[in-house]
Amino acid sequence: MSLPVQLLWLIPALPLLAAGLGALTPRSGRKLASGAAILAMAGSFLLSCGALMTALADPAAHLVHNFAWLDLGEGVLRLGWLLDPLTAFMCVMVTFVGLLIFIFSTGYLHEDPNFTRFFCFLSLFAAAMLGLLVANSLLLLFICWELVGLASYLLIGFWFHKPSAAAAAKKAFITTRIGDLGLLLGMLWLYDSTGSLLFYDGGQGVLEATALGGLVAQTTIGGLAVSTAIGLLIFCGAIGKSGQFPLHVWLPDAMEGPTPVSALIHAATMVAAGVFLIARVYPLMAVDQGLATTPLHALTVVATIGAITALMGAMIAVAQDDIKRVLAFSTVSQLGYMMLALGVGSWVAAIFHLLTHAFFKALLFLGSGSVIHAAHHEQDIRRLGGLRGPMRITFVTFALGMMALSGVPFLFSGFWSKEAILHAAQGWNVSHLPLYAGLAAVVLTAFYMTRLVAETFFGSARSDEARHAHENSPVMTVPLVILAVCAILLGFIGTPAFPWLQSRLMGQTEVHGHSLFEGGGLMVLSIVLVAIGIGSGWALYGRRPRTTTSALDPIEKISPGLFGALRARFGFDELYAATVGRLNTATAALADGLDRYVWDGAVRFLAALGEFAGFVNKEADEDVLNGGFDATNDKIRGTARLYSAAQTGGAHGYMRTVAIGFVLLVLIVMLGGGL
Amino acid sequence: MILTPLHLCLILSSALFCIGLIGALTRSNAILVLLGIELMLNAANINFIAFWRYGPNPEAGTGVLFVVFAIGVAAAEAAVGLALVIAIYRHQRSIRLQDARLLKG
Repeated sequence: MSLPVQLLWLIPALPLLAAGLGALTPRSGRKLASGAAILAMAGSFLLSCGALMTALADPAAHLVHNFAWLDLGEGVLRLGWLLDPLTAFMCVMVTFVGLLIFIFSTGYLHEDPNFTRFFCFLSLFAAAMLGLLVANSLLLLFICWELVGLASYLLIGFWFHKPSAAAAAKKAFITTRIGDLGLLLGMLWLYDSTGSLLFYDGGQGVLEATALGGLVAQTTIGGLAVSTAIGLLIFCGAIGKSGQFPLHVWLPDAMEGPTPVSALIHAATMVAAGVFLIARVYPLMAVDQGLATTPLHALTVVATIGAITALMGAMIAVAQDDIKRVLAFSTVSQLGYMMLALGVGSWVAAIFHLLTHAFFKALLFLGSGSVIHAAHHEQDIRRLGGLRGPMRITFVTFALGMMALSGVPFLFSGFWSKEAILHAAQGWNVSHLPLYAGLAAVVLTAFYMTRLVAETFFGSARSDEARHAHENSPVMTVPLVILAVCAILLGFIGTPAFPWLQSRLMGQTEVHGHSLFEGGGLMVLSIVLVAIGIGSGWALYGRRPRTTTSALDPIEKISPGLFGALRARFGFDELYAATVGRLNTATAALADGLDRYVWDGAVRFLAALGEFAGFVNKEADEDVLNGGFDATNDKIRGTARLYSAAQTGGAHGYMRTVAIGFVLLVLIVMLGGGL
Repeated sequence: MILTPLHLCLILSSALFCIGLIGALTRSNAILVLLGIELMLNAANINFIAFWRYGPNPEAGTGVLFVVFAIGVAAAEAAVGLALVIAIYRHQRSIRLQDARLLKG
């Protein structure tokens, strides 16, 4: 079964329908809301598989279906659907992971009074993300992009009665909005330069040779090619959405939402959107590579930001105590990897890592959700511990996810995708710094994940919540098992020996593998680094597990200053509060002052002026105008009195007049000879 | 001067009209004034009939039709007039026209 591109809109439409249904369902209709959401997601998954069939039949083609949306005087704004292997793989991933998260949510939130609302928002989130994936127009993509932002706001703030959740939702929305401004500007500039926003349009699209040639030929401020400038503006949007440095601050706070939401944001929907966007407009980002004179290549910026984010996220994750926060910074770091891969020119490696990461990060988040649910919403790993025994399925699947994320060699998907990125970074001819940052992050990733698993599952239970934890119902564990299986198997669609996924994404129908040992030095190095990371993590946290909740962290004993800085997340939040926040407050105060004194004063002055004019008007009316009218009226009245004297009221008088008039008429007629 | 039937009729109607007019002008009793008005109306009716009967086209029913209408309208007018007289009487216990001067301007 294959899905024609004309029907591609069905994929986002089904969850959107479920969202509408969920919005109309009363609170008691829990089964209806969750059932509709899950069914819609399953339907979308089947349709996505059909789309994948269509795309794989001819991987090099960009199948499009464009239609006019809005008449704009001379021009027509067109939107469309696009089907190529990139869209198809992403759709399958989003719908499959989303489906498992939906199923998990029915267990996780089964006591929540706003269950139906939750499924409405989840469906909206998925629909927006799927719409973003199938869009063949930057405008349609932007619309869905903002819908994703809205849905994330609603879901992060789902427990809005908690002030921290409401604040986190606001923070996520506003922070990503900063990046979105760049995306909007880039989009407008692109439309201004090329007159189109369609990606592929039979040679007229903005990602096709004609438009790209025109964009790269013009230069703008600072000698940048227009394509570079637009690319960087679009990248701003990706920085915000994908939690890249320096706009990563919202992502860890997004943990305030229910855990399935975190899983959805971190795995399938929100943050993947940024990486997907850059992969989608990759021809535009990469077109300036051929220019020798430009001061800056767009992709260099992408690689630099990615490398900084990958390293920074991994470092901060080492010192976090909240199980979900560790995973959040791990997401920041892994997204940095993906951006790094995009920047060094291997967007297929980035998408490969995006796909594998989606599965094992969803697994890890749902695993942490399982732990949190079992431990009565205890999230602090210092107060957990010893969950290995009572929660066996969660433990095993979580450990598999941890190994996939750390990049344990050969068996796990994370290893292969990470290898692809590191190899791409090694092959970059501009600088090797991203490679070193990536390698450092490999050690740190293995280290903090080992720490997380050791603190949570090993040792002894350190609080009553942890002591009373027990395994969750199958509705929550079955998705974990399925995701764990995927986290292992998915790597084998893109190994160096058989890079099926990569070649399909590149539009090739044949698979050209090469030996595993080509460039084996780097692979050996990264295996060693993973071993160091896991080994040191186990040595510090696994061999002598924490016994009390207040015991110092081993790193804190060694270097309290460094650990403090890491735990405080390098003070980015404080820095922003001190700079941007204070600037904002000062501007608000200034605006308030202007409002209160300047504008209000002007308005009051105008009002006084109006009152004075009214007074003058009244005087003029009463004395001048009214005087004139009164005199006229008196005259009219006098004349009327004169005439009314004829109205005697006596019937005889009237009759007499009539008779005399009649006699006169007769006389006139007779004497005048009228007869 | 030869007195044809038409002339006789016209003299009759003129006489009737003059009697009615004088009655209407000189009487102070409202009912008698109304009687005078009726006389004038019927003088006009006699003119209609006479001109029709001795006119160029006595076969057509125009004159009779006119008169029937005039009688109908006169009846309605008399009804309204008598009603007014009764109303005035109730109001001021008199039907002397000299006393009814409410419409003075």
